[in-house]
Formats: sequence, structure tokens, C-alpha cells
Amino acid sequence: MPISVILAQALLGLNVGVFYAMLSLGLAVIFGLLNIINFAHGAMYMLGAFVALIGYSYLEQWFGISAQIGFWGSLIVAPLVVGALGVLIERTMLKRLYDLDHIYGLLLTFGITLILQGLFSNYFNVAGTPYPATPDVLNGVMNLGFMYFPTYRIFAIVFSLVVCFVTWYVIEHTRLGSRLRAGVENPQLTQAFGINVPVMITLTFGFGAALAGLAGVLAAPIYSVSPLMGADLIIVVFAVVVIGGMGSIMGAILSGLALGLIEGLTKVIYPPAASTVIFFLMVLVLLFRPAGLFGKEK
Amino acid sequence: MQSENRQELLRIEDLNAWYGESHILHGMNLSVKEGEVITLLGRNGSGRTTTLKAIMGLVQRRTGSIKVRGTEVIRMPSHRIAHVGRLGYCPEERGIFASLDVEENLKLPPTLADGGMTIDDIYEMFPNLYERRLSQGSKLSGGEQQMLAVARILRTGATLLLLDEITEGLAPVILKSLDSMIRKLREKGFTIVLVEQNFHFAAPLADRHYVIEHGKVIETIDASELEAKQEQLNRHLSV
Repeated sequence: MPISVILAQALLGLNVGVFYAMLSLGLAVIFGLLNIINFAHGAMYMLGAFVALIGYSYLEQWFGISAQIGFWGSLIVAPLVVGALGVLIERTMLKRLYDLDHIYGLLLTFGITLILQGLFSNYFNVAGTPYPATPDVLNGVMNLGFMYFPTYRIFAIVFSLVVCFVTWYVIEHTRLGSRLRAGVENPQLTQAFGINVPVMITLTFGFGAALAGLAGVLAAPIYSVSPLMGADLIIVVFAVVVIGGMGSIMGAILSGLALGLIEGLTKVIYPPAASTVIFFLMVLVLLFRPAGLFGKEK
Repeated sequence: MQSENRQELLRIEDLNAWYGESHILHGMNLSVKEGEVITLLGRNGSGRTTTLKAIMGLVQRRTGSIKVRGTEVIRMPSHRIAHVGRLGYCPEERGIFASLDVEENLKLPPTLADGGMTIDDIYEMFPNLYERRLSQGSKLSGGEQQMLAVARILRTGATLLLLDEITEGLAPVILKSLDSMIRKLREKGFTIVLVEQNFHFAAPLADRHYVIEHGKVIETIDASELEAKQEQLNRHLSV
């Protein structure tokens, strides 16, 4: 098999991997601080893509605003909109569930997912609408020396890696991050020191949702924008989080990237297994390291 | 000392506190003036730790009155109390964060007022902490953790300290350095509420002792009366 085919699949796999990484990162951050399994994460991702699509194509038709938000604008606007929705959900609903079993948070966010998916299915084609606003600079292909690769995908990989790295750095190596970690470990004492933990929790949920929204915008030019795009992805992302270890930031990023790569390479070696290989790995991890590759046993 | 003229930093009146259904404090009353060192004495389970937690807003329910620097904090959320009262709290279990290294632990509590120790001051006072500044908080020895737990609140500029069982399980040489640290803090005008099991440690340091039983103060003993009331005290503490 020619090496260029393998490299091409590896890069495509990495491209999928950065989406896994960004989404599982958001899930891990939220789980770490809020102890909530956010099933609505896929819906937030979908919403991010739709904010980009609506901002470009429907503002005039729906809201009578004669403006267009392009791709670059969407990279800022969509995370803000989705993050704000996250804050609203946390403030009005999730905060009532912290003392209850995980299952309640999961059920609530699952319900929110169904509502959002149903809402968008009502107005948009379930089979997907293409996102027409990819900037010209990102169109076309790039010569990587050993192969040609779509410029936009290179951009998506680099951009996502930067976002993941910055998030990891902020959490692990800044003062804000140390407060977040302290709030996860001992919220009561952290509060007693004079740190407003409830506000921190709300903003963290908003941030996690915003990350998903940002991933949605990045995905829009590659995949078509569809009400079910998040539902298709979120199951795999949950498997990624389980493999990486619940609540581990670096674990979420690395296993997202690695599993995207593995999935891409499986397509070369044995295509029928490509969509199941992640779940097979999840079973292995659960059997031999139940806390995940990077998680700590409790 | 002319304690009458000094400002009252902490005044607790008819304080009741609950964890879930269990009613722990039953009408606590006490008062601490600026620059005083007081102790809360009593058997295990008498409500001393809960008193400190109630002041910090760490109990599920509390009623009555807690005035810190003249401000009523009974209905205030926990994260505001430290700021309003310039309060430093050292919990019984020390509360060192395992997910933070030593320096992050030190820098975690926000600055409440000017005049706190700098990181360099702290490292000078506790050279061990400097050597281990990049270690994970939970990897420290018990004594080092205790130093860290006290040091991190000294950095915030808090001048009213609530210290819960800081001598528990520590070697005599560490007790000695804690003893001299508290003396230094008192000379600097800090106000300190000590919850102490180790009476021999607390007795020479304090201006006044509150004996607590079943969630309220049953006896207040001034340092000057200590000798005369020693027998009574022994009976209460059953030592």
C-alpha cells in the first residue's frame, strides 16, 4: 500500500480527531467541575454550526436584519451565543441537580438535546444544508510535499490544536486554573477562602458549551449542517472521554487525537471496522483500566 | 492589656447551627476583641469545629447573629464572609489541595487586605515549603501541610484567624515552631481563635478560654483565673 494513502488517511483521521478532542475536552471540563454528564454537548455543537449558517444565510429572511456574519465572525459569535445558552441552562436548571445522582443531569441534558434537535428538524433539512461561507483563503488545496491536502482541513486541525492547548494551559498552569482545580477538589473550603465558586461553575459550563459551539462552526464547512450532526458524533465522543478518563483534561485531548488517528488508519487497513474500532478500544479500557487511560482511580 | 478600649472583631450571639437534621450548636455566645487570642476548649463533638465552620458559612443552616468587624454575616454567602471579615480559616483537616502544588496552594486564597506576608516572607519563615514548592500538596508531611495551611492564610492579609486543631498529630519540635509563630502573630496584633485539644499548647498563648459543651459555652475563663479554676476545667475536659 502506498505510503501517501496511509498518510492521507492519517491526516483525515487527525482532522476527525481534533473534533473529538475539542468536544471531549468540553465534556471533561464540565464533568470535572460540575459532576454533570452533559448529554446536550452534541446539541451545542450542532447549535454552533447552525448559528454560523443562520448568521450567513438567514438573518435577513428570518429577522429582517440586512447583515451577514461570515466565517471569521462566526468563530466569535457562535461560541458566545452557545456559551450564553449554556449559562442560561446552568443557572435555571442544572444548578438544582448538583446534589442528586448523575443520572438526573444526564436525563435533563438528554431532554434538552431532544428539544433542540426537534426544533431544528422542524426548520431545516435533516439530511444537511451546505455551509456556503468558507473564506476564499481557506479554499483549495495545500501542497504538503508528500501529498495535497485541503487547506481548510489543515486550518481546522491547527486551529483546534491551538484551542485545546490554550485550554489545557489555562487550567493546569494559571491562577484561574488553580482556582478551578481547587473548586473541583473542595468547593466548600475554596468558597471559605473568598472565591465565588457558583459563578465559576456557571462560567465553566458556559465555556464548555462555547467550546462545543466553536467545534460546530469549524465543522460546518466540512460536513453539512444538520440537526442530527451532534447526535451522530456525541456517542463516539463519550467513548473517547471514557477511554481518556472522566475529568482528565490532557486525557481528553490526547485520546481524542489518538482515536481519530486510529479510526482513520483502520479505514486503510480494514474499512468495515472503522466505525467500531473506538468502541472496541473502549471495552478493552473498561476491562483493564476502568478509570480510563489518564484518569485516577477513586 | 487595656482590652476594653479595643474594637470587637467577632461577636456571636445565640448561634444555632445544623448539619442536615442534626442540631449541633445550641445558642453559642462569645466575643473577641482586636488583638486577643482566645481558645475554644471542650471534648470531641462539643461543637468547637462547628462554631468555626458556622462563622465561615460552611454549615447547612445557621440562625442567631454572627458579627464580624461589626457586619452581620449570618445570611451572607460563604465566599463573601472572608472578604468582609478579613478572615483567615485553617480547617481541622488542613484542607491542602492535592490537585495543586505547594506554591499554587499558597497562592490560592485571594488577597483580602494589604499587609499580608509575601511569598518570599513565607519561604523565609518556612524553608521546607520553599524546597518543596513544586511538589503536589498532598505529598508533604503532616507538619509541612500544617505550615502550608497556616502560611497560605497569612499571605492574604487576614488579621482575624480561625485555627482549628493546628497541633493535631504533630511532633514536639513542630509544636514549638507553631507556638513561636502564634506568639509572633499576637505581637503583631493578630486576633486569633484557636480550637485546641492540646491544652498545654493553648493555655500559655490565650487571653481567654471558652469551655464548650453540647453546642454552647458553659464557662468563660480568663487567663488570670486559670490557676484558680484549673480543677473545674479539668472536670469539664475530663483530663
